[in-house]
Amino acid sequence: MSELIDSEVAARVLSRALANGGEFAEVFAERNAGLTMAIDESRIEAVQSGVGAGAGVRVISDGTTYFSHVDGLDPDDIERAADEAAAALRAERSAPQALGAIAGTPQTIEVPPAGVPAERKAALLRELDQRARGAGGEIAQFTASYAEAHREVCVANSAGLFAGDDRTRVRIGAQAVARRGDLVETGAETLGAHRGFELFDDDPGAIAEDAARKALTLLDAAAAPAGSMPVVVGGGFGGVLFHEMTGHGLEADHIQKGASVYIGKLGEQVAQPLLTAYDDGRLPNEWGSDGIDDEGVPTQKTRVIEEGRLTAYLYDGVTARRDGVASTGNGRRESFRHLPVPRMTNTYIAPGDAEPEAMIAEVERGFYAVSFAGGQVDPATGDFVFGVSEGYLIEGGKVTRPCRGATLIGNCLEALAAIDAVGNDFEIKTGICGKAGQRVPVGTGQGHVRIAAMTVGGTEV
Amino acid sequence: VIEAARRAVEAATKAGAGEAEAYLAEDSGREVRVHGGAVESLTAATQRGLGIRAWIGKRVGYAYGTDLSATGIAALAERAAEAARIADEDEFAGAPVGGGDAEARGLVLSDSTIGEWSTGRLAELALEIERAALGADARIAGVEQAVYADSSERVAIASSTGIEGEYSSSSCYGYVQALAQGEGGRETGLGFGLGRGPAALEPAAIGHEGAERALAMIGAEKPASRACPVVLDPTVAASFIGLIGRGLSAGAVQRGRSPFAGRVGEEVAGEVLTLHDDGLDPDGFASSPLDGEGVPRRRTALVEGTTLRTYLYDTYAARRGDASSTGNASRAGYRSQPSVSTSNLVVAPGTLGFAELLSKAGDGVLVTDVAGLHSGVNPVSGVFSVGASGRTIRNGELAEPLREFTIASDLVSMLRGVSAAGTDARWVPFSGSVKTPSLLIGEMTVAGS
Repeated sequence: MSELIDSEVAARVLSRALANGGEFAEVFAERNAGLTMAIDESRIEAVQSGVGAGAGVRVISDGTTYFSHVDGLDPDDIERAADEAAAALRAERSAPQALGAIAGTPQTIEVPPAGVPAERKAALLRELDQRARGAGGEIAQFTASYAEAHREVCVANSAGLFAGDDRTRVRIGAQAVARRGDLVETGAETLGAHRGFELFDDDPGAIAEDAARKALTLLDAAAAPAGSMPVVVGGGFGGVLFHEMTGHGLEADHIQKGASVYIGKLGEQVAQPLLTAYDDGRLPNEWGSDGIDDEGVPTQKTRVIEEGRLTAYLYDGVTARRDGVASTGNGRRESFRHLPVPRMTNTYIAPGDAEPEAMIAEVERGFYAVSFAGGQVDPATGDFVFGVSEGYLIEGGKVTRPCRGATLIGNCLEALAAIDAVGNDFEIKTGICGKAGQRVPVGTGQGHVRIAAMTVGGTEV
Repeated sequence: VIEAARRAVEAATKAGAGEAEAYLAEDSGREVRVHGGAVESLTAATQRGLGIRAWIGKRVGYAYGTDLSATGIAALAERAAEAARIADEDEFAGAPVGGGDAEARGLVLSDSTIGEWSTGRLAELALEIERAALGADARIAGVEQAVYADSSERVAIASSTGIEGEYSSSSCYGYVQALAQGEGGRETGLGFGLGRGPAALEPAAIGHEGAERALAMIGAEKPASRACPVVLDPTVAASFIGLIGRGLSAGAVQRGRSPFAGRVGEEVAGEVLTLHDDGLDPDGFASSPLDGEGVPRRRTALVEGTTLRTYLYDTYAARRGDASSTGNASRAGYRSQPSVSTSNLVVAPGTLGFAELLSKAGDGVLVTDVAGLHSGVNPVSGVFSVGASGRTIRNGELAEPLREFTIASDLVSMLRGVSAAGTDARWVPFSGSVKTPSLLIGEMTVAGS
């Protein structure tokens, strides 16, 4: 593994960071390069190429974090950042421990996207465009995007840790607009992974047809119902429900600040025994996976719910030290310009026993939320809301008409306890999660999940 | 900085670009987070980056980076030209041409106190916000976080077509997320304030607002589902005005992705609603003498006298729509190429005080917070259903608090449905930069139990 900063420079930076005291110092360096492009109106546009490099230095003293960052990887600049981070401290110099050899096991990348000719990426977008427009004459607009990002990171800290990672992510997204008279509907789909261009070996164009199909389906949709009813949530991106209503509340910073409904619930039964869930940053080539977290801790698989019992919170270094436990490898940061905070990686509900068809057949009148446009939760109150991007009414145990404009709304603890069936199917999808002004890639997964009662917010009262 | 921008333009021309534009931004900022009476983190940082837009014939590409050495700029210019070669031809593509900055003369966007306050003094400000929230009421159980942050920016833009300009601006904000202990669980409340410099912030007011908003939610229940009048407080109204503004971008309209397409000259609102995009308002966070491609910013009437007056244009959209740029090319820093976007959206205040607004609503719902805007609004059709919390309005007065409901409508109907505006206009930074008073909407669907 390449060292973005060699161990001597790292040792010098850490030593200067602790010049005025402090119990912990860290330097995080990165170099990144990315390419994005889009197709809109069947034209390749918005071609953008970006590179960056920089380092962030933090010192922790008596619970306060002092942080400074610089652009570029010039050792002199990074040392100046260390001086700046230490400037507000007034204690006795402390000494960092000697650094070990650099460690880390990056994900396997077969075809680095930077080496693939740009024409092939443009051709991929053109294929998406053709496939979507071929899906039906009512497809009025189609846009698709391609993004690749390569990020090398390196972390060294005063406890002697020295680790690196080499991360490559690619993602394509498709958005279709269908039109019939005054009626306008949209459909979207994405495909992404912590992987090289080999991700597109199979049939990437299928996402364009999926997006088009969703938009076309919605042209025949009726207004969504409003009220409380059983809700069956689809697999894959349906997992964003668990991400929002449970995952965020298990992040240790929310717990320690009194801002989570899961405070004091460790070991308690919070769901029915049919539910087991994980956060797993090691899943091979998944979108939310990394070799190490952004504090150099190897990513791991953490069981957060075991047969309905709450078993773990998600920790970064600062919150772990505060609770006297080990980090769970969930310290993540958007870039060297940000401080790490506890974040999810790939979070999912493990497959259950139920057949998805049977889960729907048991519902007399309810709602089938196949996928979401996204969601939001206030971890302190547990109130959450999800925008349904593809949803149907369930009547007499059968999926009947599509519905537009539905939102699911509820409270975490109630909804989690109300999950009464987990399907035996399983899929993980890609998401971008925002927290504390930082966006990081996360995976969300599950099979079909049924919630006995949930409020559907539509327009049909 | 303008020197480096000029050099970047030259480098791009050398790399094969027919026309080129460089945008250079330098930014320094500080952030203080406090919790439990102690400083949790102190961040001080500066950053500087450059973005180059290159045109080769009718193709355009963009590249950005942070290496401003001669070789760094040359490499960046090469990448911008390379990006242009990948793009398809677009008949409307082309570099903007300049037009002076006469309107912006005298616009002061910087506050020197931002650099004069010591870190200790800024930390004290954040701590005062937290104390004000904690001390507001015995039921305030804690503060999730109290934050002060500022930024001082210097921007330079140069192009091969004669654009050249530079400006500085500064901004800061403080906010608090307060936690109130209710019977059933915790409630949160956000208080915030903004200014050009720390002296403009009122820490006590920010703390009290957070506490009051959290306390107001204690005992909240789901409302019954119905269609009724809805009052949006300024923070919520700002979110919706921001979404409407997005639909008024000519870019969205020309590409068939706006619910307001084809409505210029049509009646889109009642007499009470007047909406401007104002890139020169001295108090607006998005104000600047020049837009993201160096065209002078200005004040543009969007909705006035019930009619939709115009869309917002950058140079590309103006060429395509046979119009003039309204100075609405925006960027989110040097890492983003310009695109059409609102600057500051300003809704003119109405004549009704808050009590009169409630009285006019009669029986309905006051919405004080919305959630799920990014997933619950379809920007193409304008149809939305978002999570909300607030209070019952009964007989023209505030009654019990409400939570866990949704409000649903579409942006076009909502704009038409505005039947009164309050006098309580304030700046809200959550959905672009928006200044708006409370708004009364004649009818919306509220879905609860």
